[in-house]
Amino acid sequence: MSHDESPVGARPLDPDSLALLANVHPPVWRNPRPTGTYDFVIVGAGPAGMLAARGAATLGRKVALIERNLLGGNCLNVGCVPSKALIGTARLYARMRDAKDLGVPVPEAVRINVAEAMQRIRHLQARLSRADSAGYLRDHGVDVYFGAARFAGPTQVRVEGAVLRFKKALIATGARPMTPAIPGIVAAGYLTNENAFKLREAPRRLLVIGGGPLGCELAQAFCRLGSHVVIAQDDPMFLQGEERDAAQILSDSLARDGIEIHLNTQVVAVRTQGKQKIVELASDESKLSVSVDEILAGVGRAPNVENMDLEAARVEYDTGTGIRVNDFLQTTNARIYAAGDVCLEHKFTHMADATARMVLHNALTRGRGRLSALTVPWCTYTDPEIAHVGLYVHEARQRAIPVKTFTILMHDVDRAVTDGDEEGFLKIHVKEGTDRILGATVVARHAGEMINELSVAMTAGIGLGELGRVIHAYPTQGEAIKMAADAYYRTRLRATAH
Amino acid sequence: MNGEHESDEALLERFQRAAFEYFLTQGNPANGLVADTTRAGAPASIAVVGFGLSCYAVGVERGWMSRSDAAARVLATLRFFWNSLQSEAPDASGYKGFYYHFLDMQSGRRMWQSELSLIDSGLLLAGMLTAGAYFDARTPGEDEIRVLADALYRRVDWQWAQGGAATVRQGWKPDSGFFHYGWDGYSEAAILYVLALASPTHPLSPDCYAAWTATYQWENIYDYEYLYAGPLFIHQFSHVWIDFDGIRDEFMREKRSDYFENSRCAVSVQREFARRNPHGYAGYGEDCWGISANDGPGFKTLTIEDRERRFFGYAARGIPYGPDDGTIAPGAALASLPFAPQIVLAALRELCARYPQMTQASRLPSGFNPTLPGEGPQGWVSEGYFGLDQGAIVLMIENYRSQLLWRLMRRCPYIAAGLRSAAFTGGWLA
Repeated sequence: MSHDESPVGARPLDPDSLALLANVHPPVWRNPRPTGTYDFVIVGAGPAGMLAARGAATLGRKVALIERNLLGGNCLNVGCVPSKALIGTARLYARMRDAKDLGVPVPEAVRINVAEAMQRIRHLQARLSRADSAGYLRDHGVDVYFGAARFAGPTQVRVEGAVLRFKKALIATGARPMTPAIPGIVAAGYLTNENAFKLREAPRRLLVIGGGPLGCELAQAFCRLGSHVVIAQDDPMFLQGEERDAAQILSDSLARDGIEIHLNTQVVAVRTQGKQKIVELASDESKLSVSVDEILAGVGRAPNVENMDLEAARVEYDTGTGIRVNDFLQTTNARIYAAGDVCLEHKFTHMADATARMVLHNALTRGRGRLSALTVPWCTYTDPEIAHVGLYVHEARQRAIPVKTFTILMHDVDRAVTDGDEEGFLKIHVKEGTDRILGATVVARHAGEMINELSVAMTAGIGLGELGRVIHAYPTQGEAIKMAADAYYRTRLRATAH
Repeated sequence: MNGEHESDEALLERFQRAAFEYFLTQGNPANGLVADTTRAGAPASIAVVGFGLSCYAVGVERGWMSRSDAAARVLATLRFFWNSLQSEAPDASGYKGFYYHFLDMQSGRRMWQSELSLIDSGLLLAGMLTAGAYFDARTPGEDEIRVLADALYRRVDWQWAQGGAATVRQGWKPDSGFFHYGWDGYSEAAILYVLALASPTHPLSPDCYAAWTATYQWENIYDYEYLYAGPLFIHQFSHVWIDFDGIRDEFMREKRSDYFENSRCAVSVQREFARRNPHGYAGYGEDCWGISANDGPGFKTLTIEDRERRFFGYAARGIPYGPDDGTIAPGAALASLPFAPQIVLAALRELCARYPQMTQASRLPSGFNPTLPGEGPQGWVSEGYFGLDQGAIVLMIENYRSQLLWRLMRRCPYIAAGLRSAAFTGGWLA
């Protein structure tokens, strides 16, 4: 499916889908008639565009928001919201499967019902879409235009025949799944995050291509929903660039779920045979074919930079890396900014949010916020979750910063033990001889929650020693951070004693 | 014999001698190749050959074989490697001076479609250079040993092995080229880099070593601070030949430690992990540890005592992040002897006392797993013996007893040159 198509279009037109549509792209919607020059025109109504639109309106600016498809963008419609809802369901099935670990008899006759899980997703999407519906935005001072935006010059953009002039603009058109460069895969058909959540049942046999966050999350989720999942990854470990030990634990976890793992393996060809897809895999060691019912590709995301006549606006871009921005998020046209997936390496909703805030600040209030100054956490929502913030050790060492890592194993954290969540660790990297936190990685069932404390510490310049003076509620899994601080203190005490 | 009334020296002699027998019984005297394991049909492993070439010196010094017999075995080995086919042909023995991981015991040709293995070639070359250093007599046979060892070392094209990357690759195959990954994080590759940096013919640049050490992680785990690597063997293999006590590269200068002290810490972390035993495996304890690359019960999932347990076959087990399936590598524990003698001797005595059936032949299997029921308290036991384990046992016990390998290799000019190229200073290098 291309990003021009409506993801809602192919869904069952149940009440939830209709409610969602009424919020994110009302079937009957009349675009406003532009008058005068807008202070701020935003192209793309994903998380970055929506936040910027609301913010600009709050500042009292005359603002227009253009969306060719659905308000909310990937996150609400085909990204974080549906995937985390599905993961939540899959986790519960896994907890039931593992109930014995917590002294609970395994429930008998657990019936997996993917159709119900998907129905729940649609219900949640409809509910969450209320907060930022087209009507709500209109009522709060945002001119919402539906249609394809094309720049008609450095200070004007055209949508559905109307020409919108602007003083400042923001491009926040997001990104879309890349098409895998594998012979035969397009003809055979494949799933991405844009259509996987429309399935009514779990594929009996599923091949996942790519061991990045999306591939790992959905491989584990579908496995727990009953699919026999095979995952093929070109690299020697999952989550390329992530901490090696985190990837090791994830690999173990996926294997424990029953996923068939092929690392260092490329998918070289796909063909169909009746209703099944025959996939040829090749590694340094061997070649083999697997037969599956569906293929899910998670091979990266491409920025949506096409079909906007960016040249007319003098905005430079690259189809691989997106719109070129400086450290203040200005494009090569100083009046036009970009935010979110369309210009960032880190394609996360929270980065779309953070960069949209920065653009508001820089474009409308003469701010000088810098992209390079952001402390960026992220999380892969597998089980256990893998979260990171700041520098990795090798990055610090490349900058000639000596690093020491304080490691706490989750099997030593009381609450993790009582919860049966012992897989994982916390690693906090500090500059050698100081308590300055350079970065951290958490592998834990709730790593995404735990990383935020470390992000706060890094952003506020709070050292690991200072964190040790913070009373952490006991028992919590977050106490691992306190334990790392205690380990740091002991090194100081030993140094003093010697 | 459970060792209860044996002196430490006698106990070590018994296990060292038994391990040494592996190389006498599993070698092919005609070409010097040594089998990977005692299992029927096992191919030769070039790394095991490297350990064997080093062990013969120990055998001579301990009076377990004559110098002439040892020299004859070494010479047969070196002549085979010098004369075997080096080409891109898929059944050659090697290419660019490196060798395939597994070779046919008789013909010496590539087996199992194995990779041209850089680390295993490094271990083989270390053995060759050890032999060259030990056999120093002015006799035709020992003269030829020295000439061949030097020629084989000089023939290796280390620069080619970078494959255009910043660090050396892990392997190469004739049909698919280089493996697309190199060495990431601390590993047993130190000996490989030292040899590669010192090459008079195709040396790596010091930048390669710096690029590798840039991936190191210095961690505080269980209040021990060390350069982390999960499997125990990583903290041992390069130490078989290089005495790292007191010498430091830039990384260790920064950390005010050295690689010898680091291995001592690794032993303590292994012991502490086994004491805490987070996964509740049978047998683990402060005197029963050793998580390393070794044979395992096979890839299967079983329910044991109402708990689901997943087991692996041969795998690089490691702590604290895993994989860990309750399989203990007793040889890896014993090969830690030079770093932490008291701890290791206590573990060896515990092993003998607790599992007499497994240790009565004075040889240690690649792995045993008391969690998986078998014949006796030791549970599952790996079939036969593995050459790498036996070689490491012979050589590390010898380093503890006499420092023979370290003394020999201090005299090898390539080792000192490689260490200096990697910016090691201090200690015996001063």
